[in-house]
Amino acid sequence: MSLDLPSDGCRSTPVLKERGQREVFCGLTGIIWLHRKMQDAFFLVVGSRTCAHLLQSAAGVMIFAEPRFGTAILEEKDLAGLADANAELDREVGRLLARRPDIRQLFLVGSCPSEVIKLDLARAAERLNQQHAPHVRVYNYSGSGIETTFTQGEDACLAAMVPTLAPTAARDLLIVGAMPDVVEDQCLALLSAMGIGPIRVLPAHRAGELPHVGENTVFALVQPFLGDTHAALIRRGARHIPAPFPFGEEGSTAWLRAIADEFGVPRDLFESVIAAPRARAQKAIAAQAAELRGKSVFFFPDSQLEIPLARFLVRECGMTAIEVGTPYLHEGLVGPDLDLLPKGPVISEGQDVEKQLDRVRAASPDLTVCGLGLANPLEAEGFATKWAIELVFTPVHFYEQAGDLAGLFSRPLRRKAILRKEAAE
Amino acid sequence: MKLTLWTYEGPPHVGAMRVATGMKGMHYVLHAPQGDTYADLLFTMIERRNHRPPVTFTTFQARDLGGDTANLFKDSARDAYDRFQPQAMIVGASCTAELIQDDPGGLAEALGLPIPVIPLDLPSYQRKENFGADETFYQIVKALAQPMPRTEAITCNLLGATALGFRHRDDVTEVTRLLSLMGISVNVAAPMGATPDDIARMGQAHFNVLLYPETGEAAARHLERACGQPYTKIVPIGVGATRDFLHEVSALTGLSAKVDESGLRLPWWSASVDSTYLTGKRVYIFGDATHVTTAARIAATEIGFEVVGMGCFNREFARPLRAAAKAYGVEPLITDDYLEVEAEIARLQPELILGTQMERHIGKRLGIPCAVISAPVHVQDFPARYSPQMGFEGANVIFDSWIHPLVMGLEEHLLTMFREDFEFHDEAGASHHGGKAVPRQEEELPTYVVPAGQDLSAPLDRYAAMIPDIPIITPSGEVVWLPDAERELKKIPFFVRGKAKRNTERYATDRGLFEISVDTLYEAKAHYAR
Repeated sequence: MSLDLPSDGCRSTPVLKERGQREVFCGLTGIIWLHRKMQDAFFLVVGSRTCAHLLQSAAGVMIFAEPRFGTAILEEKDLAGLADANAELDREVGRLLARRPDIRQLFLVGSCPSEVIKLDLARAAERLNQQHAPHVRVYNYSGSGIETTFTQGEDACLAAMVPTLAPTAARDLLIVGAMPDVVEDQCLALLSAMGIGPIRVLPAHRAGELPHVGENTVFALVQPFLGDTHAALIRRGARHIPAPFPFGEEGSTAWLRAIADEFGVPRDLFESVIAAPRARAQKAIAAQAAELRGKSVFFFPDSQLEIPLARFLVRECGMTAIEVGTPYLHEGLVGPDLDLLPKGPVISEGQDVEKQLDRVRAASPDLTVCGLGLANPLEAEGFATKWAIELVFTPVHFYEQAGDLAGLFSRPLRRKAILRKEAAE
Repeated sequence: MKLTLWTYEGPPHVGAMRVATGMKGMHYVLHAPQGDTYADLLFTMIERRNHRPPVTFTTFQARDLGGDTANLFKDSARDAYDRFQPQAMIVGASCTAELIQDDPGGLAEALGLPIPVIPLDLPSYQRKENFGADETFYQIVKALAQPMPRTEAITCNLLGATALGFRHRDDVTEVTRLLSLMGISVNVAAPMGATPDDIARMGQAHFNVLLYPETGEAAARHLERACGQPYTKIVPIGVGATRDFLHEVSALTGLSAKVDESGLRLPWWSASVDSTYLTGKRVYIFGDATHVTTAARIAATEIGFEVVGMGCFNREFARPLRAAAKAYGVEPLITDDYLEVEAEIARLQPELILGTQMERHIGKRLGIPCAVISAPVHVQDFPARYSPQMGFEGANVIFDSWIHPLVMGLEEHLLTMFREDFEFHDEAGASHHGGKAVPRQEEELPTYVVPAGQDLSAPLDRYAAMIPDIPIITPSGEVVWLPDAERELKKIPFFVRGKAKRNTERYATDRGLFEISVDTLYEAKAHYAR
């Protein structure tokens, strides 16, 4: 695939901005992967029974090793007096930390009700930090639905950590965004083979491994939804390396090349490091792309991964994008992907789900990427769908996963074809 | 403030969604922030519904809070009416919207929609999902049902079935069938399957059948008062309860309770000699009060288990549950904290758990088999096949689904007799669960030749997967197991080992012994022999 820009990309396409019913998760959902990634962290949501029920339901299956997340459920008496709510919170945190001495990082996570009653979790975190330092570091962020959509929860969490990272004058490379361990290892191995280092990652597995940050730090994002974290790092003097996101062979190459250029990696060294995995990715994508080529795709807004993924499906798998919906369009981050995405699709931001359903019915795409609440109803109407949440819960970044990523989109089409054949006989 | 890891019930507005989603021609406008739409997936994914729940969420955001969330609600309600043209609407607030006090009921009324609009007041910080469903159904019935002339033939309404209920779909079918055997037809089954117009003609029925007190009792009481319809108090789960229910209906209608029972198999399946091994197996029962109470009766009198403990998560029904527990001489556990349930199960070491999906996970951790008898539900609780809990077919289904997790009778003997055999060791698990046989790690035989034809690619069964977690010896600090006794304990098959350990320790403690020898183990066995 060529990295040449299409003669006309989507950056200048006017964005269809919609406000109406949004069929999306709130930012609390990010806890489901963050608590597995940070192995000495506990996420304490201060919220309602709805928050607890969401976490339980969104996990799909209950992860029944005692989870490192929980909900401090607000009750009638907590709403009556905030002073009491603070005392109750301190008591619950004390109990929790006494029972789980392995916890070194505690995140107080704000929710819709805690925001509305203006329970000041920043103050609470400060107070609890004094009580439990140095053993436990207490952070706070909001995962509330009134402020965050789905993956923005991870953004808020990481952004909350940035101001507390230790300063450094070293020229470190910082990789930002939670990835499955296997993918993170692949990423670090590729960059190390190019002689780039030291490399640090945020979030780290443990509190002791947290990266340092300063004016000589350069950072690259592996997820397109990290706008606030991006801003927080810039405030610490770090510099962002803009690049398309590392989905698919082309995205991975462009992302790695941007970093390699920053660190002055010789072109032949770069090519020799990526040659084998890049060839494997091309081969793996080709197998899946045969089923995707010429098919159309429609994205409902979900994770903010939509624009980079549309770029991958259009350029590497030969699909046509009809509409690419995203809950929030951060041009500073997805600009390079917009440049590569050929003009044509409607780019929409926000949602009015009923109107969007009208559009998907009118467009009748071959594949619809949407949330769990919409997938079965659309299937029942005859549409092939891909649940968007799987794109966040599955290793999909970089070369070795590029074929799997294409496979996530081709499988629903293949399945539909198999079942249709059966129905015909 | 209460720290919660997993919950048995969702918030009350999810209960209201269960009512609205079960109905047709009803629409629910819910004042709620974005994110609360997660509840749609309960219905579309867990229950595999092929339609979106008929719920419009206002999905307000932080920027709306300073402005006009009330107008956002009005616009949403008007748009929902225009688009979906429902026969009636329910309106309410989720936990967050309750705090901003926009009064959805008043706002909707001001719109002057040409359909009944029923306001819901569900206190999110005090009550839970079952209350939400019960209250919503009651408000709908109160608003729409009127006293009317009775139908000529004897008819009844079935009350309480909702979307996302544990086997509600099939229970409605089975009870409808059962009543037709007596010559009674169903006027309206509600909320599941009913339209607002159907609710309006509920008054025609001669009486009501309350299928699920958790979600239908307030409506049943209201109809008794407002339409003079008596309602049944017996929930027909189990053979005895089904027969009692038929007699109760007979007393209300004067029709004969004698019906064709030729499809009923539980009594003979239970009496046949293969089931002898079930005698006195110790079961622990937890779930919603109605399912637990009916399950206890089946366990104790129809299958011949010993009920060693029972409890429910819904405090509203604590009283009937306590009364039932008394009949079995056990201390009831009323809690919605699954950690307490887990501790109780670990203490009692039952041989079988009858519980919810939460207890299934607890059983997995403790190495105790579990059959699911109650909500909260999981995608597995919506089988493709017909599998009611109620009526005679329900009893058949219950026999099968409770017995399946256990090791079978003859196999149990073989495991006891040949526990030194390398294929009959603990890790092998029950042979009919489809897991591949896992050879025991023999110290002197480090390699094991896979027999021809054995498929090693088959996925591990969940029971095989849970075996390594079985706690064998946990020093309690009070009594010490001597090495010989500990080795002997490990020879006892896994499905009774927990009980043997517990009995032996209790025996030792009762006698003031600090050490357990092989003799103590067998003395305890003789003492507790049944």
